Amino acid sequence: MSENVLKIDHVTMQFGGVVAVDDLNLEVNRGEIVSLIGPNGAGKTTAFNVVTAVYPPTNGAVYFEGKRVVENHPRGKMKKLYNGGHADEYMKTIQPTPDKITKLGIARTFQNIRLFKSQTVFDNILIAEHMRRTSNLFTATLHLNGSEEAAMRKEADRLLHILELDDVRDELATSLPYGKQRRVEIARALATKPSLLLLDEPAAGMNPQETVELTSFIGRIRDDFHLTIFMIEHHMDLVMEISDRIYVLDFGKLISHGTPDVVQNDPKVISAYLGVQEDE
Amino acid sequence: MSKKKEIIINVALIGGLLLILFILERFLPATSMLFTVLKKGAIYALVAVSMNLLNGFTGLFSLGQAGFMLVGAYTYGVLTIPVAERANVYMYFDGGLIQFALHPIIAIILAGALAGVFAYLIGLPVLRLKSDYLAIATLGFAEIIRAIFQWDKLGPITNGSNLLRSYPSYKSVLFYFVASGICIALIVMMINSTYGRAFKAIRDDEVAAEAMGINLAHHKRIAFVVSSFFAGVSGALLAMYQTSVQAAMFKSAMTYEILLIVVIGGIGSITGSCISAFLFIILSEWLLRFLDTDTYIGSFHVPLLRSGFRKVVFAVIIMIIVLFFRQGIMGTKEFSISGIYHKITGKKKKEVKGGGADE
Amino acid sequence: MDWLSRNLPYLMAGISVGGQYALIAIGYTMVYGILRLINFAHGDIFMCAGLIMVYAATVFPVYISIPLVIVVTVLIGFAVERVAYKPLRTAPRMSVMISAIGVSYLLQNLALYITGGLAQQYPALPWISDVITVLGVTTKRVTVITPPLVILLVIVLVFLIHKTKVGMAMRAASKDFETSQLMGIKINSVISLTFIIGSFLAAVGSFLYFSNYTGVTPTAGAMPGLKAFVAAVFGGIGSIPGAVIGAFIIGISENIIKGLGWTTFSDAFTFALLIVVLIFKPTGLFGEAATDKV
Repeated sequence: MSENVLKIDHVTMQFGGVVAVDDLNLEVNRGEIVSLIGPNGAGKTTAFNVVTAVYPPTNGAVYFEGKRVVENHPRGKMKKLYNGGHADEYMKTIQPTPDKITKLGIARTFQNIRLFKSQTVFDNILIAEHMRRTSNLFTATLHLNGSEEAAMRKEADRLLHILELDDVRDELATSLPYGKQRRVEIARALATKPSLLLLDEPAAGMNPQETVELTSFIGRIRDDFHLTIFMIEHHMDLVMEISDRIYVLDFGKLISHGTPDVVQNDPKVISAYLGVQEDE
Repeated sequence: MSKKKEIIINVALIGGLLLILFILERFLPATSMLFTVLKKGAIYALVAVSMNLLNGFTGLFSLGQAGFMLVGAYTYGVLTIPVAERANVYMYFDGGLIQFALHPIIAIILAGALAGVFAYLIGLPVLRLKSDYLAIATLGFAEIIRAIFQWDKLGPITNGSNLLRSYPSYKSVLFYFVASGICIALIVMMINSTYGRAFKAIRDDEVAAEAMGINLAHHKRIAFVVSSFFAGVSGALLAMYQTSVQAAMFKSAMTYEILLIVVIGGIGSITGSCISAFLFIILSEWLLRFLDTDTYIGSFHVPLLRSGFRKVVFAVIIMIIVLFFRQGIMGTKEFSISGIYHKITGKKKKEVKGGGADE
Repeated sequence: MDWLSRNLPYLMAGISVGGQYALIAIGYTMVYGILRLINFAHGDIFMCAGLIMVYAATVFPVYISIPLVIVVTVLIGFAVERVAYKPLRTAPRMSVMISAIGVSYLLQNLALYITGGLAQQYPALPWISDVITVLGVTTKRVTVITPPLVILLVIVLVFLIHKTKVGMAMRAASKDFETSQLMGIKINSVISLTFIIGSFLAAVGSFLYFSNYTGVTPTAGAMPGLKAFVAAVFGGIGSIPGAVIGAFIIGISENIIKGLGWTTFSDAFTFALLIVVLIFKPTGLFGEAATDKV
């Protein structure tokens, strides 16, 4: 079974003269946990931002469940500045707003937790229900959508229960300890009912104990919610333990990919992380 | 205290308030300062709440409120001046172009609607801007609106830079309270709906809100248009209260005043905005009046007191609030009966918002 | 040629008023560059300079009142920053902006109180208020001396910013506020200096601007202030040459519009220009693009 859920096709992201992601190609198959690793500044988060349409790529396309959801080619000033390849292969421009991507079924978390700070855990989760509303501004304002509203709240509570967050339901989201906040952010992403979940450094700032818990948590939600998971992470224990496959980025370029064993022993990966002594 | 009981108490309180006003109107002379202040307070409460919807709940720092009030005030005036009076009002424009008059209530709703249409059009370009750029662009549009309404080529409709007057107006303070109250209630209901949650999400974090499937452009536009609709309605009420209206009064200084009311009440608190609007109007129009008059105690001439001193004192108070009490009167909390109830009975509410009556 | 001779007075007035806006605009652009704050009170500080001159001229001769006005205006600018902005250094941007609006409200009401709401006659300054004839146009000398004076001041300022140590500190602070603090730059002195320079230029601008008008009112600073801010945005906020060029463009266009008989729209035009710039080139003519990090 190797059905593509996500396919990144010749994606290049160039900011002015700086190439953050250089001709990235990767695939994530249904049910997999795939990790994207690489040193700081390798372009991992930029790749996430392209997939979730936070930025349009300079060139290339992104496919989700076989459908092309993002596509761009160098235009305007970029035409002159662009120095990558494959520019003439993508003639169309598809630039959805990030909310469209979420509605298609891709959810994400952020490297530096972005919870809604003035709101409770429950309200943070409840917001995800907004995009599935059938009521309009008038029926919602006049509270004529009572049953829908009740269903929304029930759904949010159900999710909190499954993820064992009941006890902090009415706490201010940002008053929680760090590890809990990460979990709430994942819960909030799950509330959008995604088929693909992007996690941007879920274990950042966690202690070893919390990391171990997170590892099993990620595995569990993949099974419980029938998810495909694409993850950026630096904690190698976590990555090696749960990834089906790993892609390694360095300076925007893909330098290696394969199963954890393959990647772990790839000399290119080792030199990217430890640095090779050149010229001396 | 159950929710039902709370609603009953709230309804009873509002009913009681209206009854008191009704009785007062029977006994006090209609020219009493109290009514003047209450009417204007009700109007300012509405416009402050409408501004709070943007600045406090959606995180859009907009300074266009005076412009939208102007649109509302003019729509009301232009559409309701009795046909017989038009020749007189539009004396420089041969009686003007419009030769009909609508019922005041219909005109008020149209006033809001037209302000909403203006907001929709203005929102298309400006809502993409961030924080202070949005502020300055909306301020700019308010100025453009003012210039358009004063343009003599539009005189047959707007009466150019001349006064609009002779239109009908309700005299009873009850009307202003009911009209403003209904509008504020609608805004509160919207904030408490799923749309309000989306607005607050946008305020807290735009990027995360988008990642939760909230279409930024769409929701910002809704907040902007709705806020402007109610600013337009409050403009119509203001026109009615003043019995004459002129574009020149809707300057940016007016927007600043409204903003300061919102800040004093607490950005993000509806009840705060209402309390602060009444306080602001009562103090500035009534209680602090004495600061503006030369006063003698015996033969001693009290220093400083003369025309204009009131506003200086006022501005100083505002600066003190802005600098030292940044939360304003209410912060982001709401004044509620259950809040007071829990305060008195000493029970602590386990909810984070909708809490106590004071800080 | 006919068109030119008919419009020359407007063109000259435009260049002159543009230069005066430029002096105010520099204050906006420098403050925004460092604090990311639209100093709403800056236009009112400019108005205060005008009022102080009105009162100073009744007591002192011109050669004392002019330096006095400059000193007092600079003190006001300095005090406003220390009292109203410094305590809010770590507060959200909206709070600081509200504080700026509050200061503007206070200064206007204070002026209203002192003047009693009547427009105050601005004293005729010797030499610069003299009526002269240039290219067949009768005007005040201030119209002619404004542009060279502005350009001279800008050259001095640019020199200060690019060639001196304190200028380097200013540029560092506007690039990265926090890091420059870590590098040992005394950020508060840099900010104070910025306000001092801005207020100084506003005071100079007030001599030139009000010499062309009959009176000073409490709200006289609001419009020139907003226009100068638009000029700063137009030129790319943070860029001094940008602000100056923006100010000249706005001054000239506004007077040409008046010349065409569209006086009602001369103020509105400025804002229309602002909105067009913000939509098509939000960073202005000379501004640098910045992307938010997600």
